[in-house]
Amino acid sequence: MCLAIPAKVVELREGDLAVIDLGGVRKEISLALVEDVAPGDFVIVHVGYALQKLDPEEAEKTLALFAGLEAVPVGAA
Amino acid sequence: MKYVDEFRDGELAKGIAARIATEADPSRTYHFMEFCGGHTHAISRYGVKDLLPENVVMVHGPGCPVCVLPIGRIDMAIELAIREKAILCTYADTMRVPASGGLSLMKAKAKGADIRMVYSASDALRIATEEPQRQVVFLAIGFETTTPPTALVVRQAAAMGLTNFSVFCNHVLTPSAIAHILESPEVRELGTVKIDGFVGPAHVSTIIGSQPYDYFAEEYAKPVVIAGFEPLDVMQAILMLVRQVNEGRAEVENEFSRAVTADGNAKAKALVAEVFELRRAFEWRGLGRVPYSALKFKDEWAAFDAERRFDMPERSVADNKACECGAILRGVKKPTDCKVFGTVCTPETPIGSCMVSSEGACAAHYTYGRFRTSKAAA
Repeated sequence: MCLAIPAKVVELREGDLAVIDLGGVRKEISLALVEDVAPGDFVIVHVGYALQKLDPEEAEKTLALFAGLEAVPVGAA
Repeated sequence: MKYVDEFRDGELAKGIAARIATEADPSRTYHFMEFCGGHTHAISRYGVKDLLPENVVMVHGPGCPVCVLPIGRIDMAIELAIREKAILCTYADTMRVPASGGLSLMKAKAKGADIRMVYSASDALRIATEEPQRQVVFLAIGFETTTPPTALVVRQAAAMGLTNFSVFCNHVLTPSAIAHILESPEVRELGTVKIDGFVGPAHVSTIIGSQPYDYFAEEYAKPVVIAGFEPLDVMQAILMLVRQVNEGRAEVENEFSRAVTADGNAKAKALVAEVFELRRAFEWRGLGRVPYSALKFKDEWAAFDAERRFDMPERSVADNKACECGAILRGVKKPTDCKVFGTVCTPETPIGSCMVSSEGACAAHYTYGRFRTSKAAA
């Protein structure tokens, strides 16, 4: 139910609308719940609405965390 | 797809699994509740459970809106469609939830009720503009993620002067459900449900932010790690929870920092606050009546409130006696503890709501885990 997917904004349209690209599939969604979105940005889309802008820097940090590239806590291997 | 595939990488998963195995103290157990159905689904679908040591146990929570919607509310919606001959628009998730008298929204539709599945709340609004002679009611369900779009279409309907559009509001709130679980006798007194920390919601938190969980960390001394819905997000969150427990910390940490901030989405929150206010109490399947756990229309938006526009007496209907959804939603029982699981009750012929939604604990276990060995049983 809370399913939402990250998608790239490819075109802004009138009335707070935008076209997103989802692995080649394009769809018109609403940007009425977010601010300052530009083409090229990634947004989290839920039931036809962007809920948040995705922060690419934070995404990179999280991926680095997965790879174990973080301060290793005391006692950890 | 970017920002999806890299968060499902199997090699990285092995690395995180190895760190969890190394850091989890074999002399104790770790019980973490994943509040959201989205996490339950990811854990089952990607076999996350099989990558965890035996002493790290995941407990399914009630964060599946379809699962916690009680039978009475579905009955009220069906009655509206039949008696008022309204067009009832709903997200697909609710269509197959068993209601009273052997009905469901799907079966009521087959009997002639005008019930339509929509992808978005805005589709319901469009139907109302296309069919001005008919009453159109949007059956709104969902947590904080799904509420802002509902608030938005209500405001749009008002701006357009629509008089044939209303919303049957069943929007519920995450923090009050978490508080209810932490206050439950099973957790506080009986100790039948052990919870050492929470994997916190992903998309709910994009709206409400991480701040509302501070209370649980402070007041109940339970760590919360907000996590995305991809399998690596869940595993990283589990690792972070293990570390908090090991270090005796109870803090709110944010693994889903690529989309969640401390304050969330101010614009969406303001919109919801403009249209809705707290209900004094709302019935949840499994949890019973939970105080201040849901939203209703503010008086100035009463014209769009289906419960005020139509005569809709509240109904409370008991679950099927054989169904353990209630106990499963409280974390007290597992799907395999239910006598009808996988026999009478399957995703094709669900008895209870946890078997309906793909995020339900029963449906997730039935689809992805029912042939596993007992070690990894749900």
